[in-house]
Amino acid sequence: MPELTYREAVRDALRKALREDERVFLMGEDIAEMGGSMAVTQGLLEEFGPQRVRNTPISEMAIVGSGIGAAIQGMRPVVEIMYEDFLTLSMEQLVNQAAKHRTMSGGQVRVPLTVRTQGGAGWSPGAQHAQQLEAWFVHVPGLKVVFASTPEDVRGLLWSSIYDDNPVLFFEHRTLYPIKGEVPEELEPIPLGKARVHREGEDVTVVATGRLVHEALRAAEEAERDGVSVEVVDPRTLLPLDEETIIASVRKTTRCVTAHEAVTRGGFGAELAAVIQHGAFDWLDAPIERVGAKFAPLPFAPVMEQYVVPHAEDVYEAIRRTVARG
Amino acid sequence: MTTVEERTEPGGRPLSRDELRSFLREMLLIRRFEEKVEERFRAGELPGFLHVAIGQEAVATGVCAALAREDVIASTHRAHGHAIAKGTPVERLMAELYGKVEGCSRGYGGSMHLYDLEVGNLGANAVVAGGIPGIVGAALAFQMRGEARVAAAFFGDGATNTGTFHESLNLAQLWKLPAVFVLENNGWAESTPASQHLPLPVEKLGKRAAAYGMKLIEADGQDVEAVYLAALAAREHALSGKGPVLLHLRTYRLTGHYVGDPQVYRDKEELARERATRDPIELLKARLELPDDDWAALDAEVTAEVEAAVAFAKAGTDPKPEDALKYVYA
Ligand SMILES: Cc1ncc(C[n+]2csc(CCOP(=O)(O)OP(=O)(O)O)c2C)c(N)n1
Ligand SMILES: [Mg+2]
Repeated sequence: MPELTYREAVRDALRKALREDERVFLMGEDIAEMGGSMAVTQGLLEEFGPQRVRNTPISEMAIVGSGIGAAIQGMRPVVEIMYEDFLTLSMEQLVNQAAKHRTMSGGQVRVPLTVRTQGGAGWSPGAQHAQQLEAWFVHVPGLKVVFASTPEDVRGLLWSSIYDDNPVLFFEHRTLYPIKGEVPEELEPIPLGKARVHREGEDVTVVATGRLVHEALRAAEEAERDGVSVEVVDPRTLLPLDEETIIASVRKTTRCVTAHEAVTRGGFGAELAAVIQHGAFDWLDAPIERVGAKFAPLPFAPVMEQYVVPHAEDVYEAIRRTVARG
Repeated sequence: MTTVEERTEPGGRPLSRDELRSFLREMLLIRRFEEKVEERFRAGELPGFLHVAIGQEAVATGVCAALAREDVIASTHRAHGHAIAKGTPVERLMAELYGKVEGCSRGYGGSMHLYDLEVGNLGANAVVAGGIPGIVGAALAFQMRGEARVAAAFFGDGATNTGTFHESLNLAQLWKLPAVFVLENNGWAESTPASQHLPLPVEKLGKRAAAYGMKLIEADGQDVEAVYLAALAAREHALSGKGPVLLHLRTYRLTGHYVGDPQVYRDKEELARERATRDPIELLKARLELPDDDWAALDAEVTAEVEAAVAFAKAGTDPKPEDALKYVYA
């Protein structure tokens, strides 16, 4: 199987869709000549031209809003919001328009829009370039929310997002762009709403997203050395959520840790914990542990940044706490 | 009515008496519809809350008449006239206001979310300026596919103070999109007069087009013929590849911001004066020198249509509560 970086995998899905489908086009700030601030769209302008790879003004509301309008007219736009922090400027169009057109119209309207964005800490960008805001959107009926953690997943899920008839918020993690992974020769679509079990285990389930999937896998190896067998599940799609796979896993292991880089309070882990306690109440042997960032805007100085965001050790400690309950 | 080809001849032309009479009929239909809606709302029959556009009918009728059926619009919270003028039957509109399955949004939308994709109404919007960016995107789709269609957004003077407005016009001009931005300037944003929300005189609001290098076309929004010809010219410009148009129409809201608004903020004399001198329906009626019996017949006709719409709506089907979840996802 060929190997791609996470960045190349995103680009590969975009390129294939642009090649095969006239309806697909890209819009965003600095995505053309520069190839995007994360170099994801590099080379696409050269292949597809400025009609289909469009630099936009710094107008997050208009980028998302015009994506919505084009999508309703039958196009399949993929718009890029440079940093997910800047999604805040397009909230109105995402939450009030994209998510609601279908219901408000009594089913007349479809909005097949994909909004790609990225974020994540670990490189001292400060408080306005590294937030993890995916949980905000899980609260909005009408949106779908995807957060992929591997090259294979990011490629297959982006494809499915482009071809979903609903608005999809597609989160990429900044620090994952350089990671390499095997991918199928031909792009294989990965259905939205299906979790991936990365590692099977018997004693504790860690449900992790984004960068924390990799941290959880490291923590699982560490725990293995202590004789604790850990299962790691990545939901990959936060909305809709594959509750079945997650609940089945926790019923098997009887303990659960949730892990994401976003702040713990009101984070996606809270939703997971609620789903799991309801679906696996009689099986649980310990309270569900939540791992996430401490409750502070991300500070700049590396020592403080590292203190705030969670790492493999935090997941490991949480695993230890759940098994300590006997 | 004339064909699109005839109507889009350069510069337009004065309208025939028959054409003007048909405009008058539609404006009167909108007026009677909204008066009925006010009445039924006060009687407690309509859920939610409502904004009527009494006094602004010439804008809806003139602009939509200049658009082709395959052109699309986005509307505002003051939406009934736009919806009727774009072609949604009044009974389906009324049924929507009653929250019935037969409504144009199947009871999911209400007065501020009137949709009718079949006639190119992409939806009314309860968020001020919320529909404008979508129109930019629709115009982009038309341009990319080489379709000779325009997308038009209605919005008020208040909406021109939002970032959404600015971002949308800027982008549309940058990409020379076939869009028409219909500024329905009634001089009020709820209770706030233009003098308190605009840093320039209300009649100069069209100047904002210059900031984007955008073509500006202006007309008296109370004169349906002027509106129509201006909208034709705007459509033609937008289709020519030269870029979008800001179509600035000065109009006046002859009722409160919402049905039931006590209007403590508005000078009663000003209102009386506007009512006496700038009612677009009275102006057109006078201009046509319509004989009394002709007027009475016209009125009886549209009033009957509105009554039939109420009967249709009342006899409509209530949605099943659990259908609330039916259209969350496609
Ligand atoms: C973003 C937003 N802010 C505030 C409101 C409340 N609101 C509804 S209509 C309105 C005034 C709009 O004025 P204008 O755009 O001139 O339209 P008009 O009511 O005069 O038709 C306001 C403030 C809203 N619906 N949306
Ligand atoms: Mg106004």
